[in-house]
Amino acid sequence: MKTVLYGLMAASMFASSTATPVEAGSEDVVVEDAWARASIGVNRPGVAYMTIRNTGDEAVILTGLRTDLAMMPDIHQTSTNADGVSSMAPAGEIEIAPGESVSLEPGGLHAMLMRLQRPMAKGESFSLTLDFSDGGEIVVEVPILGIAARGPES
Amino acid sequence: MTRRSILKYAFAGIAAIVLTLVVGWWQVDGPGAPEQAGLRPVALSEMEFRLTDHEGNEVGPENLIGSPSMVFFGFTYCPDVCPTTLSDISGWLDDLGEEAEGMNVVFITVDPERDTVEAMAEYVGYFHPSIRGWTGPEEEIARAAQGFRARYGRVPTEGGDYTMNHTASVFLFDAKGRFSTMIDYHEPREFAVPKIRRALNRETGGQHEN
Repeated sequence: MKTVLYGLMAASMFASSTATPVEAGSEDVVVEDAWARASIGVNRPGVAYMTIRNTGDEAVILTGLRTDLAMMPDIHQTSTNADGVSSMAPAGEIEIAPGESVSLEPGGLHAMLMRLQRPMAKGESFSLTLDFSDGGEIVVEVPILGIAARGPES
Repeated sequence: MTRRSILKYAFAGIAAIVLTLVVGWWQVDGPGAPEQAGLRPVALSEMEFRLTDHEGNEVGPENLIGSPSMVFFGFTYCPDVCPTTLSDISGWLDDLGEEAEGMNVVFITVDPERDTVEAMAEYVGYFHPSIRGWTGPEEEIARAAQGFRARYGRVPTEGGDYTMNHTASVFLFDAKGRFSTMIDYHEPREFAVPKIRRALNRETGGQHEN
């Protein structure tokens, strides 16, 4: 009986250790080509773009953004329907498969910086923290380009 | 078959074709046409609206006739699509250089509540100097959008703010105000510039006709 019990315990321990997936290592995430557009004052929402690459072996989940620049930073998705009408909506959590990358780029996903606390001035930069489901975070220094910028400075 | 019966058949055939054409016109372009998005904009000469440009001048569709025009709808509180479109347009104008000189380039706001004349002036100042910003009363914006067959709508966002959904295509008209074509959002740059060139060159075609 004892052996059976030990056996069950061992089995359940084994089960629980395999059922809980190894939390993805956000330390394997690389952020490239980050850039933002300058703002006019603080009333309009700001925007930032970047490529988030998962170099690890496990999927990672981007759960949110933080910055002292904006009170409500969030990832939004722009989509354009068959009639050519564009709309924007919060994108929710973003899963990045191992070896894959997600691009935040004009007309698609973007970091929407709502409630700016100060104007985004061209030539300056700001820190943006990316939070992941494993509790890890990545701090990105985002350069602010002109309002009419079309992409990261190479 | 006698000559008379051949004529009779020919006449019946022509009548059938004419009837088909009339019915087709009635359903597609005529009074029987369904009101729906995705239709082509009407000619600028058939539009009626009164707006104010970013320098405070009263403007309307007649200001767009005489030179080729490029028109699109948006709003200045739009963080992603509108600055991207405005910088795309600025890039196309830079590529075209002197070719695009004299072209009317107009950004019409769908958010007149926040986009005052001053807000438009400040905003367009960051892009190509040819770009004009038009705003005005809500009803006049609605009449303009109707003519261009553009659509827009207000969407509340968290925190009591709002954003606008809107047609993101760029409309091209020739110098006579006839609709030429449109550039869809996401359309590669290498397609956009030739389309603008076509609208510009239809002007030359028109001059040759005279």
